Amino acid sequence: MKYEAVIGLEVHAELATQSKMFCPCPVVDSTQAAPNTAVCPVCAGMPGVLPVVNRQAVEYGLRVALALQCQVAHTSLFARKNYFYPDLPKGYQISQYESPLAEHGRLLIETTAGERSIRIRRVHLEEDTGKLTHLSRDGESFSLVDLNRAGVPLLEIVSEPDMHTVEEARAYASALRAVLRALGVNSGDMEKGVIRFEANVSVRPLGSQVLGTRVEIKNLNSFRALERSVAYQIAQQSAVLERGEAVQQETLGWDDAAGVTFSQRSKEEAHDYRYFPEPDLPPLVVEQSWIDQIAAGLPELPYARRQRFIRQYGLTPAEASLLVDDQDVAGYFEEVAAALDQGSHRQAANWITGELFAWMNQTGASIRQVRVPPAGLADLLARLKRGEINLTTAKAVFSEMLESDQSAAQIIAARGLTQISAAEAVSALVQQALEANPVELQNYLNGKETLENWFFGQVMRAAAGQANPQVVRAELRRSLQAAKDAHRG
Amino acid sequence: MTDLTQLTLRQAHQALESGECSSLELTRATLERIERLEPKLHAFITLTPELALEQAAQADQLRARWRREGGELPPLLGLPLAVKDLLCLAGVRCTCGSRILENFIPPYTATSVERLLTAGMVVIGKTNTDEYAMGSSTENSAYGPTRNPWNLRHVPGGSSGGSAAAVSARLAAAALGTDTGGSVRQPASFCGITGLKPTYGRVSRYGLVAYGSSLDSVGAFGRTAQDVALVFSQMAGYDRRDATSMDLPLPAIQLEDDDSSLAGLRIGVPDEYFIQGIQPEVENAVRRAIVSFEALGAFVSPVSLPHTEYALPVYYLIAPAEASANLARYDGIRFGARLDSDNILDLFTRTRGQMFGAEVKRRIMLGTYALSAGYYDAYYGQAQKVRTLIKRDFEQAFEKVDLIAAPVAPSTAFRFDEHLDDPLAMYLEDVFTLPANLAGVPGLAFPVGFDSNNLPIGMQLMGPHFREDLLFRAAHAYQQTTDWHQRAPSLS
Ligand SMILES: [Zn+2]
Repeated sequence: MKYEAVIGLEVHAELATQSKMFCPCPVVDSTQAAPNTAVCPVCAGMPGVLPVVNRQAVEYGLRVALALQCQVAHTSLFARKNYFYPDLPKGYQISQYESPLAEHGRLLIETTAGERSIRIRRVHLEEDTGKLTHLSRDGESFSLVDLNRAGVPLLEIVSEPDMHTVEEARAYASALRAVLRALGVNSGDMEKGVIRFEANVSVRPLGSQVLGTRVEIKNLNSFRALERSVAYQIAQQSAVLERGEAVQQETLGWDDAAGVTFSQRSKEEAHDYRYFPEPDLPPLVVEQSWIDQIAAGLPELPYARRQRFIRQYGLTPAEASLLVDDQDVAGYFEEVAAALDQGSHRQAANWITGELFAWMNQTGASIRQVRVPPAGLADLLARLKRGEINLTTAKAVFSEMLESDQSAAQIIAARGLTQISAAEAVSALVQQALEANPVELQNYLNGKETLENWFFGQVMRAAAGQANPQVVRAELRRSLQAAKDAHRG
Repeated sequence: MTDLTQLTLRQAHQALESGECSSLELTRATLERIERLEPKLHAFITLTPELALEQAAQADQLRARWRREGGELPPLLGLPLAVKDLLCLAGVRCTCGSRILENFIPPYTATSVERLLTAGMVVIGKTNTDEYAMGSSTENSAYGPTRNPWNLRHVPGGSSGGSAAAVSARLAAAALGTDTGGSVRQPASFCGITGLKPTYGRVSRYGLVAYGSSLDSVGAFGRTAQDVALVFSQMAGYDRRDATSMDLPLPAIQLEDDDSSLAGLRIGVPDEYFIQGIQPEVENAVRRAIVSFEALGAFVSPVSLPHTEYALPVYYLIAPAEASANLARYDGIRFGARLDSDNILDLFTRTRGQMFGAEVKRRIMLGTYALSAGYYDAYYGQAQKVRTLIKRDFEQAFEKVDLIAAPVAPSTAFRFDEHLDDPLAMYLEDVFTLPANLAGVPGLAFPVGFDSNNLPIGMQLMGPHFREDLLFRAAHAYQQTTDWHQRAPSLS
């Protein structure tokens, strides 16, 4: 039998606000800062202290809600989610439960099968937990608690179960990440854990409208883990159904090294979080004027920008997608393109997604750390187009530009890399090559025409790679033809 | 020389102003009286004599400079204050009457306490309380009970029993308490003093260790309505650190000595508060007091609060539910006592199981149950709906009357152990005080007589939200024409 997967995603995104959700502590990079240096009595859950809502976090949440075309609730409620864990200082997490910040949105995604709209069920505000580190020393094991992350604003974005393939889940996750980055509310640094996924996965016979029993895979910290764990569960559940057995409802973890999911809790062991309205916080009231103000200030979102790139610059959907994933990259591209004529726009896009991305991947640098200004890259591409340098040289020059503060003009001049394209100069080089290799020339004249490429290589080598290949090719053909004519005559 | 400890807060203030005594003299006299009587009463968990003397010395210096140079003086400069050990004061341990916080020293100060320090008051110590304010007798304190100054075999009430006993026994002219279900008004009544539970949102809860967050309030004790008003006026007002505090102006509270007319004031008397089982002497005293109010010019009429009988079950669902979450932070990880284990669940259960007292555990279990999946709607959800009805009762009553007069508790102070094995009987002690907390309205308790055992009888006035000024005006007028509030327990 054929099966269809039904996938819903819960995305937890930390909000890059100045201070934490309910206290004045700064939001720090919890992978870098010394443990417990951004902690106060409120986020440490000490007796008698009280939470106060961070207005900036609400604003960031509203930006996301509006970008996802949600209906914003004019009044939403905070609630306490109760459970005991050493990284949860108060013994409850302040979250939103019955009345979330916003509901009923959608996000457009692009897959190989085309464009799809994924519905968003809800967007709500909550606070992050601390972090535990387990270690052993002298045969004793310890658990250390770092509360730097405790109380950092988190936005939970819950999709409807509208996805059916791993590709769709991945596309949704990365489109959402791009939106969060474009809005300036999240860095998108997956390795720093600022975005985490939870996937709900069930499987049903293809064509069935009834939802199968679902499992929940928690704490997925990378796109790869998301893709692999969902694929793993789809395969597992399909096999279970194929055997005529029933899928068990449970909460799963993902073992990235082993590439398998593992059971954390069965349905019977599910937590009772005993949610109830947070008495320390009055209802969160969002005035329409505030919503309007935020909506008016929203930047162009990745999807819209992508459509515009296709239209305005003649890019393919795939090329455009690569550029709009990062708002800064898209901006960089637009600046390069602005300095070039229409015919060079795709080339500029390909240089950015090719040469520049390769260098960024290699060095781990972000677009903001790239020293070559957009005008510098445009200038290089213009020189390439004019034939002043060839492609190989251009790539070499660009590599050097990326590592130095020099312009293309400076590097070309200093290295004498200007391309030899004057017909007389090339003609002289070709004549030298023919005269220096009489045996090969004779063989060529006797019918071994593949030697043309060998002569081409000889000329290019003599020119130390700086000859314009089109000109060399034309001049070589002309000279060989002349020699053929002389040989026959 | 007069015994400085016998002065009311206002009299002590006048004595300091006139130069009759210094703050150091006043503070020393207070500390000496505490030293003498504390072994009998056990009103305090922690005394802060060094801090008090240092603050008193500073107050005297400030006053001396003011005499030379003029300017403005903090309004309550140099006056001693006792603080319930549920309110944080930076650098002084805050036990909340619990073993689990025996060595907990907060690095922050409650807004209410901070404002009184800014007003110049001198903190003499932290007073006894039922563990986490859960109780009506201080018998639930892990540090032993406080005794009623009027009769040492009787409880002082609770949970702010330490503060009430201290003021009653003249160990302090003023004290802070907290009132979640009657914890200021009931001990004020049992100890024959005046005690205010302000409107919810009027005094910041920041630094008040939470029991039932939607019910908790910081109140004050004094011997007179004037004294309580002095303290209240300094600690009330908006605090950006408490999102439930209200940004409203505080009406000036002018209580002149000759001001005893209540002409035009409408006082409602709810039948629902004069129930079967109320001690007849209590009912009689309260009814006599209401006649006195009429004599002062008030217009008295019956008023109905029809949902009063549900206040008790509603309170004992909502308060424990909130407490079950509020007390989850005492897990032994970051502060407070820890009973260590290799296993985290074991660490939690041992620490909490052994360091919390029986009543705290009982309420945590009650609250956990009321919030559990499958029970939430029937218990917590239903309780919230009925709470709305109780609020509405008050709103409707205050359309017809300005104040509501009622007894504070069904009986005078009971004996130790009388209710200790019967939690339900203990819960019934709060039956008249709970509604004001559920509705968020202010209430003021003050003495209106004594029973045949010479134990004080109190009554309470309840007012509309943010109308503490009306409560003070009425109680002050009453105290201008009666002397119940001037009687002192004989202690030697
Ligand atoms: Zn903090």
